[in-house]
Amino acid sequence: MSDSGEKSYDVIIVGAGPAGLGAAIESGKAGARTLLLDENQKPGGQLFKQIHKFFGSKEHFAGMRGFLIGEKLLEEAVKHNVEFRLGARVWGLYPDGCVTATDEENSLNFKGKKIILATGASENALSFPGCTLPGVITAGAAQTFVNVQHVLPGKDFVVVGSGNVGLIVTYQLLQAGANVIKIIEAAPKISGYGVHAAKIRRAGIQILTGHTIISASGRDQVERVIIAKVDENFNPIEGTQQTILCDTVALAVGLSPRIELAGAGGCEMTYSKTLGGVLPVHDDNMETSFEHILIAGDLSGIEEASTALDEGRLAGCRAAYRLGLMTLEDYTSKKVMILNRLAELRCGPFGNKRMLAKEEIWKKAV
Amino acid sequence: MSRLTAHPIIKIDEKKEISIYYEDQLLRAKEGETVAAALLAHGFRIFRYSAKRNEPRGIFCGIGQCTDCIMEIDGKPNVRACMTIVHEGMTIRTQKGLGQ
Ligand code: FES
Repeated sequence: MSDSGEKSYDVIIVGAGPAGLGAAIESGKAGARTLLLDENQKPGGQLFKQIHKFFGSKEHFAGMRGFLIGEKLLEEAVKHNVEFRLGARVWGLYPDGCVTATDEENSLNFKGKKIILATGASENALSFPGCTLPGVITAGAAQTFVNVQHVLPGKDFVVVGSGNVGLIVTYQLLQAGANVIKIIEAAPKISGYGVHAAKIRRAGIQILTGHTIISASGRDQVERVIIAKVDENFNPIEGTQQTILCDTVALAVGLSPRIELAGAGGCEMTYSKTLGGVLPVHDDNMETSFEHILIAGDLSGIEEASTALDEGRLAGCRAAYRLGLMTLEDYTSKKVMILNRLAELRCGPFGNKRMLAKEEIWKKAV
Repeated sequence: MSRLTAHPIIKIDEKKEISIYYEDQLLRAKEGETVAAALLAHGFRIFRYSAKRNEPRGIFCGIGQCTDCIMEIDGKPNVRACMTIVHEGMTIRTQKGLGQ
């Protein structure tokens, strides 16, 4: 690899989802020379497949549908002179701030004084006999095909998992004309918000709690699944098996932070069950164990698009402050404002758990 | 597996149709869609057979992370069908094992 053509920036952001866009907007606004890298041909991350209305406050675009929020953020980033490099898959991050990427043809090298990682999450898989058969897909994949590609990836669906992703994707499958036979959930109660669950019930779809998937089978693709009741230790109960004929299983069994790049950069890691597993240690300025590497969004703990956006904004401001492009006074007032908004999003029975988990992580950073 | 025709929220735009070749068979695809979407729209969901056990695989994550959907596209093996946009005259083949 040669160093020729290495381009330098004040701030390099990896990942153009809500967190990356939020970071880019703030860093660009403060006057930092900002580069935003993403492996996709289109920025926005997973926002463009979100066709439901968002919660939160005005700053979180409450009441607006995800894809429209994506367009607004893009516009704003462009206005603040953020440079986009799309179709660039970042695979390396070095202690000196060098970032290496590939666009399938060429190797690309960049250097940044501050690096903000907003690499998001990946969906968890579930292991059972037949789980690799064509027709077993993630809920996010179902959403991408339906809402972005406008193609139904199956006809008769069984959705596994009743968290918000499972519930929202089920509703969107119904809107697109698919048949959702059932949602099954291993826990004794529904794990997503009541409002989403109520919509599903009104549509006549059964949410079967205390059940797990035993297997999927069929000739070269899914033709049926077997489900069964589970006991309090999540072990299947003998004699409760039932067969459901279906062609697609959509797995909505949680997300995990995409930590590979942060790991390559040497960031210290920690574990939080509530926040989705292993993630980089970070403080409430979004700085990791390396001052020049910041993180935001699902990488710093699985939450929501709105929290990702605000964490991104915070990271962008922090980077600008560290670069001397923002006074301490300005930074502090922005930080307080953003942390207050985040606290609003992290309340209620679900949010509160995340708030406490975040505080735990921040403590580890000192 | 089918294309959406009407939707309460999404506007389904008329898109230009192009020709692609899947196992030498002519398929009509929509400009701008991915190979995975075009194949699913026509009811094809087996994209490759695994190297060790020759098991069928199709899409899983849909966003380029899992590489379950790799195919031979325009003569090149190991190309992710969910990340590759169709073009006029594209040739697509089921990948057998590691591809040739
Ligand atoms: S389906 Fe996972 S990479 Fe294409």
